[in-house]
Amino acid sequence: MAQQAEASTLGMWIFLVTEVMFFGGLFTAYLIYRIWYPEAWAEGSRELDIQLGAFNTAVLIGSSLTMALAVRAAQTNKQRATVGWLISTMVLGLVFLVVKFFEYKHKYDLGHIPGPNFHFEGVHASQVEIFLSLYFAMTGLHALHMLIGFGIMTAITIMAVRGRFSSEWSTPVELAGLYWHFVDIVWIFLFPLLYLVDRAGHFA
Amino acid sequence: MLSGIPLLPVQASTLAPQVDALYYFIVAVTAFFGILVAILVTAFALKYKDDTGLKVGAPITGSVPLEIGWSLIPFFVAVAIFAWSATIFFQYTRPPENTLEIYSTGKRWMWRFQHLDGQREINTLHVPVGRPVKITFTSEDVLHDLYIPAFRIKADAIPGRYSSIWFEATKTGEYHLFCAEYCGTRHSGMIGTVYVMEPNDYQAWLSNGGVTGGSMQARGEQLFQQLACTTCHLTDGKGRGPSLAGVFGSQVKLTSGQTVIADESYIRESILAPQTKLVDGYQPLMPTFQGLVNEDGVLSLIEYVKSLNGGAGAAQASAAPATAPAQGERR
Amino acid sequence: MSTTAAAASPVTYLNEKTTVASWLLTKDHKRIGLMYMLTVTLAFVVGAVFAGLIRLELATPAGDLLSSDTYNRVFTAHGVAMVFFVLIPVVPAVLGNFVLPLMLGAKDVAFPKLNLLSWYVFILGMTVTFSAIVMGGVDTGWTFYPPFSTEGSDSNVMLAGVGIFITGFSSILTGLNFMVTIHRMRAPGLTWFRLPLFVWALYATSLIQVLGTPVVAITVLMVALERFAHLGFFDPRLGGDPVLFQHLFWFYSHPAVYIMILPPMGAISEVIACFSRKNIFGYSFVAFSSMAIAVFGFLVWAHHIFVAGISPYSAMVFSFLTYAVAVPSAVKTFNWTATLYRGAIWMRAPMIWVFGFLGLFLVGGLTGLFTASLGIDIHIHDTYFVVAHFHYIMVGGAIMGYFAGLHFWWPKMTGRMYNDTAAKTSAVLVFVGFNLTFFPQFILGYLGMPRRYHMYPPEFQVLNVMSTGGAAILAVGYLLPMIYLTYSFFKGEQAGSNPWMATGLEWTTQSPPLPHNFADQPVVTEGAYEYSKREMKVA
Repeated sequence: MAQQAEASTLGMWIFLVTEVMFFGGLFTAYLIYRIWYPEAWAEGSRELDIQLGAFNTAVLIGSSLTMALAVRAAQTNKQRATVGWLISTMVLGLVFLVVKFFEYKHKYDLGHIPGPNFHFEGVHASQVEIFLSLYFAMTGLHALHMLIGFGIMTAITIMAVRGRFSSEWSTPVELAGLYWHFVDIVWIFLFPLLYLVDRAGHFA
Repeated sequence: MLSGIPLLPVQASTLAPQVDALYYFIVAVTAFFGILVAILVTAFALKYKDDTGLKVGAPITGSVPLEIGWSLIPFFVAVAIFAWSATIFFQYTRPPENTLEIYSTGKRWMWRFQHLDGQREINTLHVPVGRPVKITFTSEDVLHDLYIPAFRIKADAIPGRYSSIWFEATKTGEYHLFCAEYCGTRHSGMIGTVYVMEPNDYQAWLSNGGVTGGSMQARGEQLFQQLACTTCHLTDGKGRGPSLAGVFGSQVKLTSGQTVIADESYIRESILAPQTKLVDGYQPLMPTFQGLVNEDGVLSLIEYVKSLNGGAGAAQASAAPATAPAQGERR
Repeated sequence: MSTTAAAASPVTYLNEKTTVASWLLTKDHKRIGLMYMLTVTLAFVVGAVFAGLIRLELATPAGDLLSSDTYNRVFTAHGVAMVFFVLIPVVPAVLGNFVLPLMLGAKDVAFPKLNLLSWYVFILGMTVTFSAIVMGGVDTGWTFYPPFSTEGSDSNVMLAGVGIFITGFSSILTGLNFMVTIHRMRAPGLTWFRLPLFVWALYATSLIQVLGTPVVAITVLMVALERFAHLGFFDPRLGGDPVLFQHLFWFYSHPAVYIMILPPMGAISEVIACFSRKNIFGYSFVAFSSMAIAVFGFLVWAHHIFVAGISPYSAMVFSFLTYAVAVPSAVKTFNWTATLYRGAIWMRAPMIWVFGFLGLFLVGGLTGLFTASLGIDIHIHDTYFVVAHFHYIMVGGAIMGYFAGLHFWWPKMTGRMYNDTAAKTSAVLVFVGFNLTFFPQFILGYLGMPRRYHMYPPEFQVLNVMSTGGAAILAVGYLLPMIYLTYSFFKGEQAGSNPWMATGLEWTTQSPPLPHNFADQPVVTEGAYEYSKREMKVA
């Protein structure tokens, strides 16, 4: 069992490395265009709602905490606490997605969806379109990861309700935790890069 | 039958013999190592053959000196090839002074060329022998690649930026011109002919060229009036847009605090996406001319802007590095 | 599905259960390996038919067999089928799956269910991609360069992109599984420096799969999003950069070449050591050269875009690093050659495939010195020289290496022998046909014939006809193994557990192996290739 748990944990870490590389492609594109078009980036980021972004950041950090508590509870044989913390994590994840939905909807209402109907009043409209394309791709992919995480959490919660975890064996909770923390960390990078970039001043 | 097949394309530029010399050198090096290994493998295979399968080989596990030797020797050979290649590469990237300027646009599926005096041609290119020629080009749609095997030159045509190649033809004749970057249905039909002519014949061709609309510079000037550029870009610098006299090839300070060199790509970008790199001290008032002027028109406008530098400016046309102007310009 | 005739024959992974469901739901790495073998062979046949069409069309300068649009779809289909569904999976997923746990003395890979899942993901990706080809085709070339792929082409780019995206996950999951397996599942005593070199090669390959595949997945996804949802990533009209795609694409696709060539190199090391009856010369150098190739492989991608307007200085750096990555490949070749010295070389079929591999890989590797050279690459970039070069590496090297490994492990996989003479004939035919097909293309390329040309100037015809003629011989060479190996599977002579008298744990269990590989947990006490300490006797 211990051997298997170690193998699974190693596998999960390797998987997270592939995830880093996966987002890495988008971050590379972001970085290059950010250096080329600093003004358009500043202009684009001003279009994003920093308060909603900050709120969501707090929500996700909170969900990481509840996730960590769920892992701890599972490892110490506290079944009810495990279930409770897992559900809190899912609720926080849901809050994040709902807020994200309204942010997207706002963009849609303004015509800020890249494509033929893209409409933007500003001097750097085309480059802002690239910025917003990257915004939607990066946050969309992140939201997709949240959805997948939500699915995993549901399965783990059901297992926890059935009392499958104990101090002997709590590997699935731990692996789900690693995944959840990873998704949080991606957001920790996305938030400043997308929302706060104008506050960073100009690249010289 | 095989004797009819050449192993090299015609050498028709100053760079061609240099590239071929390096080619022969690498052929010799690779043939040496290839044959050496082939002989050793064959010799060992014959000498140590054992049909029973029941014998065992000598207990040899390796030799560090040998490993170091056959790591270092290929490495130094590779470095030698690299160094030689790099010297040739730098000739590719640095055109000589006073090149004859020709402009081109790639478009599915044809190459359009424009000469300074105003001659235009499609899928043919006339150039004089013995004079360095620089072709500056871009693409109107997808990626293309201007390739003339006899001159051993090639560069991608990339929409949104300018590439350039230069060559000095050494032999009169007709040579292939290919598109070497896959561009769709009739990619293999995007070919043409380069005519390398004696200078006199070239002059004769230029004067019979059936020019309509004057030289590129004249066409550019005409466009400059038509598109009402003159209303803002006043020559005394008091207009709503900066004066363009002496701009080409100079350092321009932007509102973002960056500076760029005003090369072909920068001027093109300023016409088609004026707000991207706004000159310091000016308002973002200029509309885009995307759709109002085609790539050929943009090239004429650039040629006109160059002419505003006065006599010296036109000669100093290659302010941008020969390849990858966009790379330097975008930063 | 049962292959053993006598009822008294022992239980093997093949005859333990024989229902279709027992195959489709198997978690046994050996069965999954065989299922990959069938799938990859199918993709190979598809890719080969397209290759045949290309060569037939190019027999004449005019475009008289196919229309331009069809020709473009044909070479794209050839590239996509061969690269993503044959060359990348062929050795890791077929041979790797089958022998890796056996070599480690393990019951299975670390995550057997994930292993089966990755096969299904592969099938799904292949179905989606091939349906894009069937439903009108794709005409972008396997490289999907924008803006052609995002706005120029009116073909099924989206669907093919999604298919390749899905397939990427199969590759990632296999790589992940192998890495964990190699870390965690080694038999007692099997230290890192006692590992067979095939395992080292698989480890290096997995590293590339895990680090590189996600990047191409996201890149292809970006193209699909740009096409479908009109997001702008590479669109020059918005100020986007089509060359950025090329950077991202080659960041994976250059290392992908090493996914294709490293595992066959590993298989070659196994076969050479066995049939020379010797330790591999310079074991640790061969092992580390695999790792060096995997690492350096990530630093050379921009040598694919020397003429796409990258700055001269970065071109210099990438050219230099490309020469640096040539060194570990040279080291391997010298070590294989030295392994033959004072060996006792047993000329059985796998060894003939090895000699073929050495010849073709040598030409492929050495012609890399031309393409890496900045001065010469400007002339030969995107010409048939490059086409010939990568076929020598990826087909000459990788497929020859695969056949060497397949002929080596076939008796283990099936418990049966094949006709040695037929196998040797096939190896010779492939070698001759291959050289006849692709060597003229080096000359064509230097003469300036661009690749992906449906029609070409008439002076290139003689060399093209030679190439087409060679392809016919090559086809016979590739067809033969399908015949004699199929015959062997059903009717071949019983092989015994170790017909080659080879070292390695996979040869210590019966052929075909037990469902769970070993009756008792094997223990390792010596290095991988201690042939010279052995007494050879027929097993």
